Amino acid sequence: MCLAVPGKIRSISGDNPLTRMGKVDFGGVVKDVALAYVPEAGVGDYVIVHVGFAISKLDEEEARKTLELLREMGEAADREET
Amino acid sequence: MKYIDEYRDAGQSRAIAEEIRRRTTRPHTIMEICGGQTHSIVRFGVDTFLPEEITLVHGPGCPVCVTPIEQIDRAIAIASRPGVIFTSFGDMLRVPGSETDLLSVRAAGGDVRIVYSPLDAVRIARENPERETVFFAVGFETTAPANAMAVFQARELGLRNFTVLVSHVLVPPAIETILSSPGNRVEGFLAAGHVCAVMGTEEYVPIAKKHRVPIVVTGFEPLDIFQGILLVVRQLEEGRAEVENAYARTARDEGNAAARALIARVFRVTDRKWRGIGSIPRSGLGLAEEFAGFDAETRFDVASQTAEESPICISGLILQGVKKPPECPAFGTVCVPEHPLGATMVSSEGACAAYYRYRRT
Repeated sequence: MCLAVPGKIRSISGDNPLTRMGKVDFGGVVKDVALAYVPEAGVGDYVIVHVGFAISKLDEEEARKTLELLREMGEAADREET
Repeated sequence: MKYIDEYRDAGQSRAIAEEIRRRTTRPHTIMEICGGQTHSIVRFGVDTFLPEEITLVHGPGCPVCVTPIEQIDRAIAIASRPGVIFTSFGDMLRVPGSETDLLSVRAAGGDVRIVYSPLDAVRIARENPERETVFFAVGFETTAPANAMAVFQARELGLRNFTVLVSHVLVPPAIETILSSPGNRVEGFLAAGHVCAVMGTEEYVPIAKKHRVPIVVTGFEPLDIFQGILLVVRQLEEGRAEVENAYARTARDEGNAAARALIARVFRVTDRKWRGIGSIPRSGLGLAEEFAGFDAETRFDVASQTAEESPICISGLILQGVKKPPECPAFGTVCVPEHPLGATMVSSEGACAAYYRYRRT
């Protein structure tokens, strides 16, 4: 039930920080998402969404670093096998 | 989808599994806390790529599974009342109470509605001022911000016909309970990444230190899980017991400040009973004094209800990582997802349901 999915903010409506809503795109499916808990997120950002609420703004730099680290690890493992 | 597909790369997964194999010199038992991770592990066969020294055991992190049977019975009692609109996340509807479930209440004419977000329940209450709308507020820390906001907004809107039946549970006290149990064999934990996205990692630092266990904040895709396991194995092999974060793209050490602030305002920490495990002190959330008027247990006077569990079911032992699903005599015979006997078969995130669905025996 703690399933939470990354989606991209397409637009934002509302000025009240507690009721700010966004249209969030999940690979083509667009849903209304409450943005109260990600005041730092803007249009174009990826957010992690759980039961209609964004609970975290995805850190794209951290995502890139993790993938790079994993790739290096894979290459190192390949080298040792050969 | 971006930020999902790249974490399902089979070649990369194999490479990390190989790295885990290289680092492993002796047996280790590791528990993933979250049912979503259990589901991913069984679905993608993560465990089948690991060296035989590594045993993964499945934790109690499935809120649907651990909601106590009394609370299900209370939900059923409230949903059966005339005039009530009972709203819930879809996966609670099939969960068996002592005698029936919410789906059957609906089939018998009760107004039971599935909502995607707790805010949908608030909207239903606004649209139906002459009726009582109740929301079944279950979940771990991940769901608490959404449920807190529903209660907060209901108060802002002055809604008098909206209440919540609360059954919120917290991860750190459950980890403490598992580690303190005499039969414990868990040496390291994959902490639930989305729980930590909300609450941060500070609560885990004293647990790692006190019990000398590595705790690694871990995501939900196969690559995330392999990386979490690798970090736990490295710590175990090097004799370290620290909190590390393998899910930094989503979970930060400090968690989500705005969410934590509203949770602290709307809820208070309370003792909770966990289905299959029993009562754990300070392991749940209830409504804070300021929001007590939104408590469905009080409004519908159902707080004193008690109930009995199936005597055959061993879900308590499975939830604590002591046994695995195929070790239960009822697994796949009298206990199946359509007619679950207990906690771990009721939700797709329960260990028994995941094993059953992906044909593990």
